[in-house]
Amino acid sequence: MAAYEWIDHKFDVVVVGAGGSGLRAALGCAQAGLKTACITKVFPTRSHTVAAQGGISASLGNMGEDDWRWHMYDTVKGSDWLGDQDAIEYLCRNAPAAVYELEHWGVPFSRTADGKIYQRAFGGMTKNYGEAPIQRTCAAADRTGHAMLHTMYGQSLAHNTEFFIEYFALDLIMDEGSCRGVTAWKLDDGSLHRFQAQLVILATGGYGRAYFSATSAHTCTGDGGGMALRAGLPLQDMEFVQFHPTGIYGAGCLITEGARGEGGYLTNSEGERFMERYAPTVKDLAPRDMVSRAMTMEIREGRGVGPKKDHIFLHLDHLDPKILAERLPGISESAKIFAGVDVTKEPIPVLPTVHYNMGGVPTNFYSEVVTKVGKDPDKVVPGLMAVGEAACVSVHGANRLGSNSLIDLVVFGRSAALRAADTIKAGATQPELKPAMTDPHLARLDRFRNANGGTPTAELRLEMQKAMQEDAAVYRTSEALASGVARMQAVNAKRPDLKVSDRSLVWNSDLMETLELDNLIGQAIVTVVGAGNRTESRGAHAHENYPNRDDKTWMKHTLAWFDDKTGKVKIDYRPVHDYTLTNDIAPIPPKARVY
Amino acid sequence: MAEFRLPKNSRITNGKHWPAQPGSGKTRTFRIYRYDPDSGENPRWDSYEVDTSQCGPMVLDVLIHIKNTIDPTLTFRRSCREGICGSCAMNIAGRNTLACTHGHAECPGDKVAISPLPHMPVVKDLVPDLTLFYAQYASVEPWLQTETPEPQKEWRQDPKDREKLDGLYECILCACCSTSCPSYWWNPEKYLGPAALLHAYRWIIDSRDEATGHRLDELEDPFKLYRCHTIMNCAQVCPKGLNPAKAIAEVKKMLVDRVV
Repeated sequence: MAAYEWIDHKFDVVVVGAGGSGLRAALGCAQAGLKTACITKVFPTRSHTVAAQGGISASLGNMGEDDWRWHMYDTVKGSDWLGDQDAIEYLCRNAPAAVYELEHWGVPFSRTADGKIYQRAFGGMTKNYGEAPIQRTCAAADRTGHAMLHTMYGQSLAHNTEFFIEYFALDLIMDEGSCRGVTAWKLDDGSLHRFQAQLVILATGGYGRAYFSATSAHTCTGDGGGMALRAGLPLQDMEFVQFHPTGIYGAGCLITEGARGEGGYLTNSEGERFMERYAPTVKDLAPRDMVSRAMTMEIREGRGVGPKKDHIFLHLDHLDPKILAERLPGISESAKIFAGVDVTKEPIPVLPTVHYNMGGVPTNFYSEVVTKVGKDPDKVVPGLMAVGEAACVSVHGANRLGSNSLIDLVVFGRSAALRAADTIKAGATQPELKPAMTDPHLARLDRFRNANGGTPTAELRLEMQKAMQEDAAVYRTSEALASGVARMQAVNAKRPDLKVSDRSLVWNSDLMETLELDNLIGQAIVTVVGAGNRTESRGAHAHENYPNRDDKTWMKHTLAWFDDKTGKVKIDYRPVHDYTLTNDIAPIPPKARVY
Repeated sequence: MAEFRLPKNSRITNGKHWPAQPGSGKTRTFRIYRYDPDSGENPRWDSYEVDTSQCGPMVLDVLIHIKNTIDPTLTFRRSCREGICGSCAMNIAGRNTLACTHGHAECPGDKVAISPLPHMPVVKDLVPDLTLFYAQYASVEPWLQTETPEPQKEWRQDPKDREKLDGLYECILCACCSTSCPSYWWNPEKYLGPAALLHAYRWIIDSRDEATGHRLDELEDPFKLYRCHTIMNCAQVCPKGLNPAKAIAEVKKMLVDRVV
């Protein structure tokens, strides 16, 4: 192996990732007087939070009466009772304060006539425990994520957050079950860095790029999940992959659910507004899993639109062009660029597209990473936290409601920082790092850097993406999932045969994509194995051989460990927290999920 | 007579030609700027014959196709592929734009030249060093500054006041504008450039912000602001259709207004 040298850094806290949750966590830690670093593989404002469109949920009540308990009820029901109710209570109670904080930082929210934050309707958000749709989603036109991320980056500058930009995180530094830091590769000069810290916070986002067609950015490769698996930690509920109903047909770019929130609707080849059949009360504003299934069903039964009858139309052409220009300018532009459609005149061709991972690194509502040891299902992993899409708190359970993701970022980014301030002391002595802790990181980097097999990275990545797209889709069958497991094991077996053509360490994006692929493969495998293992249908996991929800056997979280050497997956379970945090609300008991 | 030489590495040599793969249909040639910092060699133009029926409609699709199937060493930034993250800004057929929203069929000419954003140090291939650009953005203090104690709920903002932020807050910091500005090319260390100034105005005009005087003071400088000579390249190239030159003009007007 070539000689590599580490450049050492010591911090109280290291945050990995600079999207919404990473920036919020880093800011909070710095404000608490902890020496904090934020390392990120892309410049902060290029993180995928920037692409969030429709809005951020909070029961502000600016458009009429609202209550955090209603929000909580919707979120529990949306999760198909797989969400942890203590964490969901924490989320919904703290949501309004989190939105006001963003506003005070300068987020350019759209406004009501009396100057308050404008809120729009979103799928699954209802008033009075499911009675009718409510306007709860706070919006900055249809660029809410962009407005938030830029504002939060500005705040980070105001507070002198220490950034390490275009550093690619390699692996967690683990020491007998505790996390002691993280290693990273600096792209612009090829140097290697060891960040020692009392606490590492993973804010690395989802792994949408395990699929062929995703709204996710090319950079959404779930690097934190990959690192956690290699550190011997389990990931939770990975079988729950959200398909957004309205990805642009072909390109896969997102059209916000806010389009339907503003009055848009879906039609099939007969011009029928078919959602009225599937969700009579809320219609086009049903949660995403239900709308995606309904669309898939329409296409399957021959009522898809287009020459191949393989997609669906989203209509906005009945809306006032002034409203479109004011509230949905971004998707009007996207529809023009990627579908050649003038939304004021024609419908947008759309298709359910992979969008969000409900699963991730398991945490409690303090954002501390937990694992199962012996009989203890809530064993905290010392020195490690996870937030945002990388984490599974779990507030989204089996299906996330639209606009609950942006609020998740800031509420749990903040909770991580508060917990950090409570549990660690600024400048406390840290145990010395031993070479054995990081030698495997170098060996892995060097192995891929010099990989000289017969399978180029792009080829193996495509094989993985096709397998996931075809075999772990909106609807799943035992047969497809068995095929998916076999195909993913074949992909895994080809890892030693990878070929990397660029040997440099300076901005070697060939190597970076290979390391990302390695992170994706483990997560794709636990996703498809977990899906095959769960013999019921719940939320985004629609299993055709087991079409019903089975609370008796399956109201539990899947934990999946991945053995990097053998490719084997070990499965275990954690109970769902069916209790709330306080007596302000009683636990919401499971019932049939109809809208 | 004095002799002038261009700086090292500014001469671009002819690089490798990658002919179309066997079985390709109609192809188009893309000439791409390549620079490998490890080699010590000058930058070069590599040309790739690409069967564009095999890739998506955008220039980014072509670049990814090249990287995936022809030459994995080709290096460029990319992320969202939908024009919102600002990663893949580059010079395409002589014009700064985003590779992900610019159709290759729209590019004029026989061969399409693709190079990094002009006038920035190049790290590798199409990856420029944007350190200075980011520092200039930070220098305008892009955060809300208030003295009045914060309200319990949101600051109220009239929809008419909110409307003033339209055309400003949408900036994605891609740097297409600043790196297309001849004035910025001349004085990059002293002139803030259109992107940073657009952001400066975005906070000045925000009805919630209470630091207008301080912000204007900071800009009142012969270089930071007044190097804008209304060349308007910024507005021409902005892939989001924004008009930084207009924002700069508004700042200049405010500075005049507060004197008279």
